Amino acid sequence: MAEERRPKQCTVVLPTESMKAMAESIGVGQLQEESCAALSEEVSYRIKEIAQDALKFMHHGKRRKLTTSDIDHALKLKNVEPLYGFQSQEFIPFRFASGGGRELHFYEEKEVDLSDIINTPLPRVPLDVSLKAHWLSIEGVQPAIPENPPPAPKEQQKAESTEPLKVVKPGQEEEGSIQKGQGAISAEAKGKKEGLMRMKPRSTHELSVEQQLYYKEITEACVGSCEAKRAEALQSIATDPGLYQMLPRFSTFISEGVRVNVVQNNLALLIYLMRMVKALMDNPTLYLEKYLHELIPAVVTCIVSKQLCLRPDVDNHWALRDFAARLMAQSCKTFSTTTNNIQSRITKTFTKSWLDEKTQWTTRYGCIAGLSELGPDVIKTLILPRLTVEGARIKAVSEGPVVSNIDKIGADHVQSLLLKHCASVIAKTRPLPDNMEQYRADYGYLGPTLCSHVVKARAQAALQAQQVNRTTLTITQPRPTLTVSQSGIGGSGGSRSPSIIKVPSSLTLMSTRPGTPTQPSPPATKYIVMATSAGASSTQQVLDGSLVITLSSSSGSSVTSTVASATSTLQPLVKLESRGAGGLGGSRPLQKYIVVSLPTSASSSLESKSGMLPPSSSSTSPISLEAGMKMDHTGYVPNGTLLPI
Amino acid sequence: MAAVQDGQLNMEVEKDIKTEITNDGSGNINANSSSPGSTSSGGKSKSPAGSGEDQQTLLAVLQFLKRNKLTESVDILRREAGLSADADDSPVSDSAGAGSGGVPNVSADGGDANSLLSRVSIATPVAPPATAPPKGLVRSHSKVMPSGGEDQPDVNVVLSAYSQQGDPVLYPLYYNGLKKFIESVLDCHRAELSQVFYPLFVHMYLELVYNNHENEAKQFFEKFSGDQECYYEEDLRILSSMSKKEHMKGNETMLDFRTSKFVLRISRDSYQLLKRHLQERQNNQIWNIIQEHLYIDIFDGMPRSKSQIDAMSGSLAGEGKRDANKAKVFYGLLKEPEIEVPLDDEDEEAENEEGKPKKKKPKKDSMGSKSKKQDPNAPQQTRIPLPELKDSDKLDKIMNMKEATKKIRLSPDNLPSICFYSFLNAYQGLTAVDFTDDSSLIAGGFADSTVRVWSVTPKKLRRVKSAADLSNIDKESDDVLERIMDEKTASESKILYGHSGPVYGISFSPDRNYLLSSSEDGTVRLWSLQTFTCLVGYKGHNYPVWDTQFSPYGYYFISGGHDRVARLWATDHYQPLRMFAGHLADITCTLFHPNSNYVATGSADRTIRLWDVLTGNCVRILTGHKGPIHSLAFSPNGKFMASGATDGRVLLWDVGHGLMVGELKGHSDTIYALKFSRDGEILASGSMDNTVKLWDTLKAFDDVELDDFTAATGHIHLPENSQELLLGTYMTKSTPVIHLHFTRRNLLLAAGAYNP
Repeated sequence: MAEERRPKQCTVVLPTESMKAMAESIGVGQLQEESCAALSEEVSYRIKEIAQDALKFMHHGKRRKLTTSDIDHALKLKNVEPLYGFQSQEFIPFRFASGGGRELHFYEEKEVDLSDIINTPLPRVPLDVSLKAHWLSIEGVQPAIPENPPPAPKEQQKAESTEPLKVVKPGQEEEGSIQKGQGAISAEAKGKKEGLMRMKPRSTHELSVEQQLYYKEITEACVGSCEAKRAEALQSIATDPGLYQMLPRFSTFISEGVRVNVVQNNLALLIYLMRMVKALMDNPTLYLEKYLHELIPAVVTCIVSKQLCLRPDVDNHWALRDFAARLMAQSCKTFSTTTNNIQSRITKTFTKSWLDEKTQWTTRYGCIAGLSELGPDVIKTLILPRLTVEGARIKAVSEGPVVSNIDKIGADHVQSLLLKHCASVIAKTRPLPDNMEQYRADYGYLGPTLCSHVVKARAQAALQAQQVNRTTLTITQPRPTLTVSQSGIGGSGGSRSPSIIKVPSSLTLMSTRPGTPTQPSPPATKYIVMATSAGASSTQQVLDGSLVITLSSSSGSSVTSTVASATSTLQPLVKLESRGAGGLGGSRPLQKYIVVSLPTSASSSLESKSGMLPPSSSSTSPISLEAGMKMDHTGYVPNGTLLPI
Repeated sequence: MAAVQDGQLNMEVEKDIKTEITNDGSGNINANSSSPGSTSSGGKSKSPAGSGEDQQTLLAVLQFLKRNKLTESVDILRREAGLSADADDSPVSDSAGAGSGGVPNVSADGGDANSLLSRVSIATPVAPPATAPPKGLVRSHSKVMPSGGEDQPDVNVVLSAYSQQGDPVLYPLYYNGLKKFIESVLDCHRAELSQVFYPLFVHMYLELVYNNHENEAKQFFEKFSGDQECYYEEDLRILSSMSKKEHMKGNETMLDFRTSKFVLRISRDSYQLLKRHLQERQNNQIWNIIQEHLYIDIFDGMPRSKSQIDAMSGSLAGEGKRDANKAKVFYGLLKEPEIEVPLDDEDEEAENEEGKPKKKKPKKDSMGSKSKKQDPNAPQQTRIPLPELKDSDKLDKIMNMKEATKKIRLSPDNLPSICFYSFLNAYQGLTAVDFTDDSSLIAGGFADSTVRVWSVTPKKLRRVKSAADLSNIDKESDDVLERIMDEKTASESKILYGHSGPVYGISFSPDRNYLLSSSEDGTVRLWSLQTFTCLVGYKGHNYPVWDTQFSPYGYYFISGGHDRVARLWATDHYQPLRMFAGHLADITCTLFHPNSNYVATGSADRTIRLWDVLTGNCVRILTGHKGPIHSLAFSPNGKFMASGATDGRVLLWDVGHGLMVGELKGHSDTIYALKFSRDGEILASGSMDNTVKLWDTLKAFDDVELDDFTAATGHIHLPENSQELLLGTYMTKSTPVIHLHFTRRNLLLAAGAYNP
């Protein structure tokens, strides 16, 4: 019975300054200190009273969130006229600011240009309430259908792979939850008892007949010839919640498949398999850590293998390498920890083979792609210093005696790859002016071309800034969040829309992920990721598909103008990406992404805003996730992490 | 109780009235037309405590003057106030009179069953006695209890509740002294005596506040609030916000503390210890509080253990007095009416509803055998008048029995399947759900004041044709019931508009012709499911009505809300037949006993009360929950009850003995739904934590050994066996479970709004 168990409840009162401010706002000028104190106590008491009544309404409304209408009803109970004009659909995005030793929460009300609102098309009418039935349990067993939660939640899978001994198995899940509700003593006793039992975890590796059928269908569709079927299968892998048990099979399937098809140089199949990996990674209910030992070799093979296709001069195996490199980067971001050191090991592997003089152009390309996908800091520390050497090698191929056509193509690709990735990094880090000669001196053969790319990148950034300045308001303008919830449970019916599940998860992934300890992480930054799809963008009227968006640092400050003090300390980072989403197959519509990263202090508001962004159908696209994550690692890898593992 | 026996003797008289009940339907419409005139009901609910309290204060002053022989002033004051001389002549009986709100009246004449209807049918205004503030009602209730006899006159409480003023600085010392003493006594007494801490703390704090020692009160609170049991946290929070005398005025929690005595059960030995200690120390301050604000229920025998006490404590006003639960409760079921059941061939589908009466066989079933002999614990068949069965009811009963033969026998090895109805796009607005007994309709109440009804069978919802069209129908034709329906209006769902606030309670009538809904706007509405229009708006609660429930036999219904009074209504009367007053906080849920003779109400004061419909008496006060109770369920045999609260625990009760017989821990949030399976083997609970849990109730009830001693004292050892009783947990994705229903074949239906 600690005396200090509860906070000092009776001392919480509104500050007297608030009373003064309120009095001033209604025209009462000089309010005495004592009156303020008396008032503030009275007001605090009344507010507490009303809040307690409002809680009743929340409970009877069967909600967990207190809404403004609850307050209204509580006021009505006291015969007080409700406060009109404070309707909110979901929540009020309070903003927080501090300065001069004071903390302040306030409700941000932006000035809205009326014409913008008038000109935007009306939002869709919210859907009517409807009823949907599903089986929660069939004779005591919960079926693994999309309407039900996954048998093994992701957190549990994660705990299983990171702390295998502490984990509660799916079958014992219920008991675990009971313990929570119980007194500490009995829970402890139970814990001990079960600790002994858990030494020998019971794991069934048998799949039910349905699961076997599903597995067969899915794998056949994934590597089969029908593209429509494949898309469906991949969609299923990426969204279905019940795949946990089949994960080992899928992982082995991919690993074996890559092994066989690399030998046979079957490019198409390799691409299909990589898309499967992608889908698995996208499934919000799966945690792949346990299977990385099979998946990573497969992916890396697809990045750096000498030959991936039968006709290296014609086939576009470069796209596969790019795609796999992105996959690799994604898994690094998600799964790299201090224990497994995936990122540094991968970096080391890539660097080692890149440094090797005898490495083929194809492998060389893969190494560079793999490294540059890991983020601008990797590019800065590992690639930029080697530009001169690499430039010389490219020059030797392209200007020297013709060795082979294949080498020449390879050198070309390496060159454009280097230019693409380095230009954006240099544009951000290198001070003006962009002098052709200076570039040549710094980067050798590639210098001049690089210079022109950098200039282009800078111009584009500036252009983007202007446009965003104009459109920021409408982009971030809180819109009814109804659209988010429209498609409901994500069921198997026609309305299945995985975006509901995935958007929040990808956003939180970005915003909450702490920098791993090996990396000198910059102050945590938050991002808004917006995606437009030229094809099926129905909800996003603000950015039309053809709009090329540029951002500049000024855009950052325009969004965060309320926190001007903080913006000066950090340089807002801005990046534009524009590329075909799939990168392969060409079946997906072109997509564009803006990634805005902003200083920490502004993040609270941005986070809330990003929750209110109209979800476009394309925002579920893997790339949006990836793009965001790429930006996440702005501080990466001092050379120290390259120590042998 | 004597009143109950009287009621049984008067059964013959009652039959005459019975005919009156059976005219429903058209009667409802009449009631509707007259309902706007029922303004008198407005005064019935919590009138602002002003007038009533003033009156009482005046009386108190008069009494005070008289006692001090200031007869002159008495006269003057009386003249000023315009009070009659008899008003204060007998202050004690007067106080009882002031408190005689609805309940004592009801209980007084509740002896004869006639009153149930006659009172209303001659339209006796219930209002005048009921205008007393809820405080009065609350207190009056304790008058009904025989034990409440030695209560102080209320008037004194109002005036001198906290007037004896000690030195505020000494309060912490007093409290500390007692704390030290209690910590030093033998273990067996410590747990019992520790119960004193909380009420003492509350009253000392209030005394300090009342006497304007604001700072001392704050210090006192800070110093000792940490010592209190964690389940009082809610009340402490309310208490802590009260730091000025002005705040005490009009605060409901305050009223509760001041007007009701906190009931403690303490063994004689422990009580003697405490008494001796306080007298030795001359600790009058504490002794006064104990005398005045605490009711110590002394029992002989072993002191209770900590766990026993914890199981029972937690309510706003302590435990129920032991003799409060002594009244006999007829928990048995009423005899099923004898209905010839046409038994179809086994393979025939149940769809041909009109039934082909081919072979008439007597039914051999548990249901049938039950109906043969009268249950000794059952009330008289005619204890309260029940509506007569109509032909359609009989048909329905037959259907029910047919279904029952196909019922799955549930057991721990044979769990029910659960079908979950998710409300999509409800945007957090779903507030209440109900299924019809035959599971063909589902109704939802919403925060936007609408009520929606869905058909979950292929049969669509149709409206009756308009009057003009109806006149064209051939009334002699066989399918007249089909013909009156307007095919054009067929749809899967219908929306009922009428309320002006969130709909918090909803209930189908057993015959599926009516739907009740209760709302924040203070009304209960009766809707017709034939025309999909509102028939009656029952006004009486002026504050939000949290729950309403039809009787299992129809006709009657119960409602309860923020005004702390549960009302029993009949559909064809616009005024309540009974008002059940006694709860100290909002009534959060209401439920009829399967035999319709009793009504259970759960409240935010963390007690459950069982009321006798016939007499209006409170026959059970069940304490043990640590949070507002949000769900109740009776076992199908009427013997047991389950209750769920915000504390996430389900408690099981033996209705006959008034005992807690089980505690089911497992949920982590408010339990909004509870239901026993059709045979009572399994209890399903649904909660805000997005789970449905199934519990083995047979085992739960078997595990409790009820010997005579525990039955007599109520000191029960609860086995810690929640895990063994838990049969299954089923998570939904993100849908709080707010209603559960077992179909007649024991399929479990659950409902809730998907919360993305």
